[in-house]
Amino acid sequence: MTERIVIVGGGTGGTVLANRLSERLEPELDSGEVEVVLINDGEKQYYKPAYLYVPFDKKDVSDATKPITDLLPRDVQFRVDRVESVDTDRKQVTLASGGGLAYDQLVLATGANLAPDNVPGLAEGGHHFYGPDGAEALKEELAEFREGHLVLSVIGVPHMCPAAPVEFTLMADDWLRKRGLREDVEITYTYPIQRPHGLQSIADWVTPIFEERDVNVKTFFNVESVDPDAQRLETMEGKELDYDLLVGIPPHEGSDLIKEAGLGDSGWVDVDQHTMEAEHAEDVYAIGDAADVPTSKAGSVAHYEAGTVADRIATRIRGGVPTATFDGKTVCFIETGMDEATFVSFEYGSEPTMREPSKPIHWAKLGYNESYWLTARGLI
Amino acid sequence: MSESISPDETVDSRGAACPGPLMDLIGKIQDAEPGTVIELQTSDSGSKGDVPEWVDEAGHELLDTVERDDYWSIYVEKTD
Repeated sequence: MTERIVIVGGGTGGTVLANRLSERLEPELDSGEVEVVLINDGEKQYYKPAYLYVPFDKKDVSDATKPITDLLPRDVQFRVDRVESVDTDRKQVTLASGGGLAYDQLVLATGANLAPDNVPGLAEGGHHFYGPDGAEALKEELAEFREGHLVLSVIGVPHMCPAAPVEFTLMADDWLRKRGLREDVEITYTYPIQRPHGLQSIADWVTPIFEERDVNVKTFFNVESVDPDAQRLETMEGKELDYDLLVGIPPHEGSDLIKEAGLGDSGWVDVDQHTMEAEHAEDVYAIGDAADVPTSKAGSVAHYEAGTVADRIATRIRGGVPTATFDGKTVCFIETGMDEATFVSFEYGSEPTMREPSKPIHWAKLGYNESYWLTARGLI
Repeated sequence: MSESISPDETVDSRGAACPGPLMDLIGKIQDAEPGTVIELQTSDSGSKGDVPEWVDEAGHELLDTVERDDYWSIYVEKTD
């Protein structure tokens, strides 16, 4: 009988996993003992880190898109469909196109969704660079923005790519300086907790940089609503802040699919942080942003988690005892301007060591952006 | 006696690293009615300092912090 592995989601985690399973289970896939099915609700994968560069006119959103079929090996079946429900007792998913699909092993890689409507006025009053339309609209606003108050407000935590708001702020500062406009633009960065980043070491590193570059910082700043007409933010702490251009990192949500399946009340799958196995169901895993683990919602996390899950599934299918584990490894580049960057790497329970920003690291980041699709194909 | 506090809502953030517990509490308070008592359960020792600081900043009331076997219960009442 064929053992069917179903992957839901064709982002970084989904395609890396499919490629790794193809490598590890090649004989079983060839003989038909195993099949791997990847289901995604669209035909394309989007490389979201590229959107950071769009507002500064350094990249186009089309640079960040590839057909998922280009990223998968031939022995993985790809279906464009929407998984509407997961029944972990009967071990099957229900598809929007009709009918169910049984699984032996299920991996949820459904990502995180933007939820700007959760904050009244944000969709009307704010811009963001977390999606193609938002990034394009922000590019148009920035091109015309020559004076006033630019506010970068981190409204939702957790959110994808935790370093991106810091990067955007530092890039905006440098970009405005290079255009001779910085003296006419006040920049303010806000963050929900008592420091400007969730990781203490990044907060400690960026605080003097913001100071040197004349970026105002407001902490314990939890935006409750946005008044688009008055161009004002109002917070849960009773503060108000006027803006001329608002870049608001919107709240993120997990999936209703996950809540309804009883896999995680908040929409993120409750998993063992080392095995990525769901805590509330057998033979179910979650990787990437969909998994509720105490590290970043970042592509590198999805990448490393996918390797662990591929090893565990392959070992289990061959009758062995899985031993591969994920240690929380996270690697992120951090742009500190338009031509300098640094990078961090850390694991569960550890803090990154901060390095001096440099041009070579910036070029390495640009190089990685170009070669990202090799990651998605499981090659690096 | 802190054991006598009966929370209306409990937020289980055990296992979450900073700032997860504080953000979980903030999310819960945002949706709660004034007067609601919330118990935040956290195994992150940093939350013992961060949470009271935010509660004070936001003008809510910190009722108590209780050390359990392997986590802390922080009781907060939402004000108007």
